[in-house]
Formats: sequence, structure tokens, C-alpha cells
Amino acid sequence: MTSRRPRSRLSQVAAGLREFYAGPYRRTFARARRDEDDLFLVLVMAEALGVPNPVSYYTVELLPAVYDQFHDWHRRMGMDRSPLDSISCC
Amino acid sequence: MNSLLLALVGVGMILAGYFLYSKFLSSKIYALDDSRPTPAHQLQDGVDYVPTNKYVLWGHHFTSVAGAAPIVGPAVAVIWGWLPAFLWVTIGTIFFAGMHDMGALWASIRNRGQSIGALSGRYIGARGRNLFLVVIFLLLLMVNAAFSVVIANLLIATPTAVIPTWGALVVAFLVGQAIYRFRWNLGLVSVVGVVALYALIMVGDNVPLALPETMMGLPAKSVWIILLFVYAGVASMLPVWMLLQPRDYINGLQLFIALGILYGSVLIARPEIVAPSFNTNVPDGTPGIVPLLFVTIACGAISGFHGMVSSGTSSKQLAKESDARFVGYFGAVGEGLLALGAIIATTAGFQTLADWENVYQAFNDGGVNAFVEGGGNIIEAGLGLPQSLSATIMATTAILFAATTMDTGVRLQRFVVQEVGEIAGVNLKKGLATVIAVGIALALTFGAGADGSGGMLIWPLFGTTNQLMAALTLSIVAIMLLRRGRTPLPALIPLVFVGAMTVYALFVQLVTFYEQRNWLLLVLDIVILVAALWVIVEAFAAMRHARGYQGDDDEELAELAASHAAARDGRSED
Repeated sequence: MTSRRPRSRLSQVAAGLREFYAGPYRRTFARARRDEDDLFLVLVMAEALGVPNPVSYYTVELLPAVYDQFHDWHRRMGMDRSPLDSISCC
Repeated sequence: MNSLLLALVGVGMILAGYFLYSKFLSSKIYALDDSRPTPAHQLQDGVDYVPTNKYVLWGHHFTSVAGAAPIVGPAVAVIWGWLPAFLWVTIGTIFFAGMHDMGALWASIRNRGQSIGALSGRYIGARGRNLFLVVIFLLLLMVNAAFSVVIANLLIATPTAVIPTWGALVVAFLVGQAIYRFRWNLGLVSVVGVVALYALIMVGDNVPLALPETMMGLPAKSVWIILLFVYAGVASMLPVWMLLQPRDYINGLQLFIALGILYGSVLIARPEIVAPSFNTNVPDGTPGIVPLLFVTIACGAISGFHGMVSSGTSSKQLAKESDARFVGYFGAVGEGLLALGAIIATTAGFQTLADWENVYQAFNDGGVNAFVEGGGNIIEAGLGLPQSLSATIMATTAILFAATTMDTGVRLQRFVVQEVGEIAGVNLKKGLATVIAVGIALALTFGAGADGSGGMLIWPLFGTTNQLMAALTLSIVAIMLLRRGRTPLPALIPLVFVGAMTVYALFVQLVTFYEQRNWLLLVLDIVILVAALWVIVEAFAAMRHARGYQGDDDEELAELAASHAAARDGRSED
């Protein structure tokens, strides 16, 4: 989505600087974030995967929030198909 | 000869190359077409594929490719006189580097942003791909080894640069904290960061630091080299936001400022060039100008490393095809101007011919220290800064260039080591892989003696490996042009020249290393020679095949992409 409002030159320079700062490392940050998300997913899914989870009372509430990412996650972990009977994403 | 005249002629030639030759290349040879969506739009993912403003992208591209090499190469090569170095830098930038860097971008955007490694697999075959891995491994190894020696030499020759060099790490660390932890305004942080860097330079100028001559039986240079590798290893394992990212950023800003200071000083001071145009009185043991000139000035004229950056990251962010001209060709122009600045600093920065000859007493003796001393003299004359402060600015600039390349190099080498481990079925952890990457580079550096002389001995070998990489890229560009029925000559002529000079230089060095009984470098030389001959044979076989090619390369690729997409959709449906 592009804004039609003309931006001041200063804010354009600021945007350019931000891009110059962040651009070369976008990929590294995306990868680090993905790794963190993977760990988070394991914690949330722990019980379903057979790992005793002392905080399942809280994590179970988060299950619906991670369903969408589940397919990508199990593929990344080297499992072609969903390891859980309860989630048949593919 | 006045240096201002030389600068004007050089800049004029290079800019004429940009306005005329790159226009010809973009319209007639590469046929850049803005109606074709680039991979940045087609595959936009907000991570790798992001359409980027061409000026910002040029900034990324230029700061990634500009390391210490365009300073070190010309600074060593002026030993044969300023004219050969000047001609090779200007002509090389116009007809070789610009063409090559823009060609790598073009080849990649027409292949969904794939890197040269992947393209060599597609156009030259599986062996071409393996060759690429060998060459990249050697190139990184040599970058790490040679740059550590360059920095150590500078730290010893210019003790005033010690505080700003290590202090820059603290500044970068604080910049990273300010931006990520405190979320301060980037513009303000940038200004404060650069001011802090220059304040450190002033502090360093007043407080020179030097290591004792020997520590634990090791000379000071070896201690610096070991410290640098320890730093690079640690830096490569820290999260990038802490050190590497803010460091690259501040160094990028410093790079533009330093270039401005140097050229501004030449404009004001207009020093006379004291070095001879052709040096007939070369010191004993200086190798022949042909072919060594062409491999010594590696990045100042043509560099395979640029092709890697072009096809690795820049191509994925190109918003329009026509931007390839600015980002690719003008990126090479920036590097050419840096090399030209190095030639001027090392030939016009001395009072008399005797002073100059005193510095250039042997091949590899002048180099980057001459750049610091000469550049410092020019800044002193131009801006009126004291000589030692000017020299500290130049030394810090050169060190920062080399250090950022080195820590990125160690990081990349660690990835390569981990990949090799994966192929061998061993899962190498980050720490162990870093130790292996650093260990190999240290072995090379100290392979020729405890003083770390191995690192600089391999400089011409670094040049040949880099040229070999460029030849690989040029052969891919030539094959793609042949497949489209266009003339391959703009790629083929540089390819033949670079290939011939590389092989010739490798044979010359082979004899030298054998005579010196330097078995480590001899083995490396043989590996590179085999790779070079292999590139030539494979590339020409692929070119012969490409001449008889019937069909449309782009259409074929589009069909391939469509069939891949269909297969992927089919998989996700079941």
C-alpha cells in the first residue's frame, strides 16, 4: 500500500537510512525469528508431541494461534507429513 | 604530472564509460526491459526478495563489495609506475568490471535471482557447480588470511590507529544497543556514531599504542594476527544486531566520508606525482609487470567477488531491470574511484622520488602503508590537518574496510565448513565450525613462518582466485548471450584476457613457489591452476553447445518455473 501524501525530504532520507541499516541483515533476522518461533511451537505443542508439559493449562489456549504455522514447521523439521493425528494439515 | 589532472582524466574516463558504454550494454547487449517484472516483485517475500530504491541498493552493493582489496592492490602495483596501474584501473573498470558486475546482475534477474553458483550448475553443468564451491572456499580462506596481515601491518606501522580501530567496536556495540534496546532515532544515532568514531581517531592520534616487540616468544605482528582472528571468530558468533550490523553501517558511512575527504584534498592541494610513469628502476625480486599487474590489482579493475554479491543479494532487491545499470555498473565505478584514489595517494603523497623509492624498496613493501602515509600527506596539504592525524584517518579507514570484510569472511567460511560437514554426514556446531574456519586461515597465515608472512605472500594468489571467479561469471554471461543470439564479444574479450592472465600468472607463481620451496602455497597454486584450466575447458564446451541452441532461454525458464509451481500446488492439495 503506498501513501499518496508527499513525504518530506527528511523523512525520505530517514527511510533510506533505515533501509541502509536493516537491508543487508533482513535474512539473518528472519532466520533468527523463525528459530525462536520454532522453539515456541515446540513448547506449545509439547503435550501433543508426548513431552510432559507443566504449563499445559496456559499453552493449550495458544494452540489455535499456532495451527497456521504448523505445516511449515513440521516440514522444516524434516517430517513430510503431520506427526499428529489431531492435526491433518497435509 | 599533476594529481588533480590525473584524477580528472580518470574520473572523466570512468564516468564516460558509465554514460556511454553502460548505456550501450543495457540497451543492445543485455536488453534491459522495465516491462519484465524482476524477481524482487515476482518472488517478493519481505526477506530476501524486496524491491528496493536504487540509491539505497547501490549503497548496500557498494559497501559490500568495497573492502581493502581496491586499496591494497593498486598500492602494491604502483611499483611498476603509476601509468600501468592507472590504465588498468580505468580501462578495467569501464570494459571489464562494469560489464561483469552488471552482467552478473542481469544473469541473475533473468534466472529468478539465483546466485552464480546455481547458474554455473545450470549453464556449465554439475562440475561447474563443484568448481564454484572449491573457488569460493579458497577465496574466503585467502581473504581471511591476507586481510589479517594487512590489518596487523597497519596497526604496527600506525600505532595511533590502535585506539580508533578497537574503539570502533565499542561505538558499533553502543549504536546497536541504542537502536534495538532503546529504539532511538537512527538519524541521530548515526550522527553521534560517526562523531564518536572521529573523536576516537583524535584520541588515538594523541595516544599511540604499541605491543611489546615480543610476547610469549611471538613477534608483535603475530600477536595482532591472533587477536584479530579471536575477535573475528567471536564477532561471527554473536547475534548480528549486536556488532556486525551496526559496524557495517557505521563503516559504510565512514567509507563515503573518507572518499570525500581524499578527493576533496586532491582538489585543494593538487600535489605533483613524484613516482615515475613507468618504473624502470624496480627493486630486485620484483616480478614481471605482465601478468602480475593484472592479478595484483584485483578488485580495482575486475573482481569475481562482485559477481557473488550482485547475484547473491543485490539481484533479489532490484526494483526495475534498468536499475541494473546504476547498481551494477555504477557500483564498479565506485570501486574504480577508490582504486584511483589509492593510486594517487601512493604516487603523489610523497615529497620526492627518493622518498617514494624509499618506501617501495621491494615488491609488497609499499602497499597499504604507502597509502596511509601518502594519503595522509595529501590530506595534510589539502585540509590542513596535522600529518599524523591525517595518517590516522587513512589507517583507520583502511583497517575498518579490511576488518568488516574479514569478520564477514570468517562468518561465511563457517557456513561453508558446516555445509561440508553436512555433506560428510557430520553435524558441526557453530563453535566448532568457527574454530575450524579460523584454524585453517591461521595455518595459511603462519604456514610460511611465525611472523605471519604467509598471509601477504598469497596476495597474488588471492588475485588469481578472484579473477578465476570473474571468468566463471563472464562465461555464464557469454553463454546466456549466445543462447539469445546476441554478440558475446563484450563478455568474451574480457573473459579471454582475464583467463589468459590468470593462467599465465599461476604458472609464473608456480615456478616462484617451487624455487622458494614453499610447499603450502605450491599446493594451493596447483589447485587453483587445475580449477582455472577446468573452468576454461568447461566454459568453452558449454559455449559451443550454446551456439547451436534453438529456443528461448527466458521462455524455457518460465515454463520450468510454472511446472515447479504446478507440482508444488499439486503436493499441497493432497
